[in-house]
Amino acid sequence: MTTHTFRGRLENLPEIGAFVAQTARQAGLNDSDIYAVELAVDEACTNIVKHAYKGKGGKIVCTCEATPQSFRIVLKDSGPPFKPQGIRQPDFSVPLENLRTGGAGMYLIRKLMDEVRFEFRPNEGNVLTMVKRRSD
Amino acid sequence: MNCTVIEYKRCKVVKVTGRVDSSTAPQVEAALNGIFETGEHHIVLDMTEVDFMSSAGWWVLIEAQKKCKHLNRGEIVLVNVQEKIRNSLNLVGMDTYFKLYDDLTKAVGSF
Repeated sequence: MTTHTFRGRLENLPEIGAFVAQTARQAGLNDSDIYAVELAVDEACTNIVKHAYKGKGGKIVCTCEATPQSFRIVLKDSGPPFKPQGIRQPDFSVPLENLRTGGAGMYLIRKLMDEVRFEFRPNEGNVLTMVKRRSD
Repeated sequence: MNCTVIEYKRCKVVKVTGRVDSSTAPQVEAALNGIFETGEHHIVLDMTEVDFMSSAGWWVLIEAQKKCKHLNRGEIVLVNVQEKIRNSLNLVGMDTYFKLYDDLTKAVGSF
């Protein structure tokens, strides 16, 4: 299990992505799965920076854990309790001119990962757990 | 991340390199808006050297595509999108809004 704490700023997204990708690579995930977890983490961290911290910064604690069957990422932030049910899901079946911007991050995370769980723990804040099952 | 605009006779090619995420997508947006200000709406986005693109990048391209297609002014087409990026595009269903080419010459020739 590997944990790293980052400053929650958009310019730190490459560093967070590199940490997750490197840990996933060391755990033996294939290239497709590595990209999936890096993308899911990028989308989740973007939401934390923009919506939980509203651009004012704050800590993002990222923990990665590999098991023989899967790769688990836990992201913790100290923003206000997150309510995933309030996020509008984009509709990509509509014509281009009717497509409304936003909401794709959460949609992508759910598509990319096999398990996604949001919790609010009074002592830890928002805890997002994402699990990717190994596809090999 | 880097954005370079190359002028062709019938279109402009935007060559993007590196990682497109929420912190760098505004640079792509600025490059595209700079092209729109010249009146050009036929654009090839060369993604040969883009190794990561989050939804922030895709939304920039979606908004650019809306501007291009408004009043049938033109279109933005994508060339050499790496497989892992294309898979994520297909996964969310955004792929239907773009023509994809594997060859820059063909992409430029489509205009």
